[in-house]
Amino acid sequence: MKYIDEFRNPQLATRLVAQIRREATRPVRLMEFCGGHTHAIFRFGLRQLLAGKVVLSSGPGCPVCVTAAADLDHAIALAGVPGVLLTTFGDMLRVPGSRGTLQDARAQGADVRLVYSPLDALKIARQHPQREVVFLGVGFETTAPGIAATLVQAQQESLTNFSVLSLHKLTPPAMRAILDAGEVALDGIIGPGHVSVITGSQAWQFLPRDYAIPCAVAGFEPLDLLSAISALVQASVTQTPTVTNSYGRSVRPAGNLVAQQLLERVFDVVPATWRGFGEIPASGLQLRAAFAAHDAALRFPLALTPVAEPPGCRCGEILRGVIQPPACGLFGRGCTPRHPIGPCMVSAEGACAAYFKYGIGVELKT
Amino acid sequence: MCLAIPTQIKSISKNHNAVVELGGVQREISLIMTPEAKVGDYVLIHTGYAINLMSDEEAQASLDAFAEIALIQGESIAAF
Ligand code: SF4
Repeated sequence: MKYIDEFRNPQLATRLVAQIRREATRPVRLMEFCGGHTHAIFRFGLRQLLAGKVVLSSGPGCPVCVTAAADLDHAIALAGVPGVLLTTFGDMLRVPGSRGTLQDARAQGADVRLVYSPLDALKIARQHPQREVVFLGVGFETTAPGIAATLVQAQQESLTNFSVLSLHKLTPPAMRAILDAGEVALDGIIGPGHVSVITGSQAWQFLPRDYAIPCAVAGFEPLDLLSAISALVQASVTQTPTVTNSYGRSVRPAGNLVAQQLLERVFDVVPATWRGFGEIPASGLQLRAAFAAHDAALRFPLALTPVAEPPGCRCGEILRGVIQPPACGLFGRGCTPRHPIGPCMVSAEGACAAYFKYGIGVELKT
Repeated sequence: MCLAIPTQIKSISKNHNAVVELGGVQREISLIMTPEAKVGDYVLIHTGYAINLMSDEEAQASLDAFAEIALIQGESIAAF
């Protein structure tokens, strides 16, 4: 496929690996923010190729994983409201709240439907005017503009039976929270590629400016990741922190301005609760007053009680980059993709799922 | 969740909608965030929306830079 296959060239990858190994005169500690990167790094075996030179740790870039258990309970409770038809992306279905999952709710009779796009949810709302169609809005900057565009369309069509429960989150504040906590020592950040398509690579300027840490925005193919890692190793070794755009074919410095305007028009930036972090200021998106008629949180006010994380699950520490999945006592034992205990094992982007799929640490447990 | 796939636009209809082929299936997607996109262009598609226009020049610039690294290392890149 165009724009993919060329970036998998094994000969060039070998050269880049050699260059990184030569330039890393001391071990360089990097965090890949994005869960998609964690999977790509495992899939292409980059950890092993760079062993001893580059240490890669996973970050909080998995929207499903960072959704707080109380917010999941909210979504599950909404699905149980008479007349409600809840629409969601597939990866939310099996994530455990404190009292089961959306899948459990569906088995008990709730009308929960999977959609590929929020536009599909809009279509369902048109087809079922007598039902209250709620879309579960989960995702980072990549996903939120599409939800915003869908809400604008719903408003234009006066589709009063369509609403969104917005659990959308912004990524730079989470990166700040990790660095401010000081729990992990990092020499560089691999910036999320598809978030940066929207925000622009400029959105990461605060990393060199405020934290003296370099950031390289990367795509999801081996050459994309290796060139980003190479840029970070050079910046770290020469102590010249900058933002590098290693995903030029997709990411512009200023991002997608139409998408940014959609976010601005539809959402207010508010504090949000992240699993593993607690509340992070200015890190969530809430529907603006002009869209209140489509705000599921206002239309179906439900009493929310703070809930505990699944006992023994260390997802929170994994999302903060403090530990890696095999350090969790349940990893590969009580918790597997078939029987996940925490969200990091459910989502395709979760670090526990990535480690499990590629067998890292599993052998230690059996 | 942030998965997005570069896909070629096959045709454009009214209301900023376009037809693309995703995994062998024809799908209608929205071009509302990429109003400049034309038939034949490649866009990244995420949850039913094109979120950018792929840049062929930038793709080529990256590939040229990789080839140069390979050359500087004194290796023939004839294999590729
Ligand atoms: S292995 Fe399972 S229980 Fe342990 S942190 Fe990961 S998701 Fe939680």
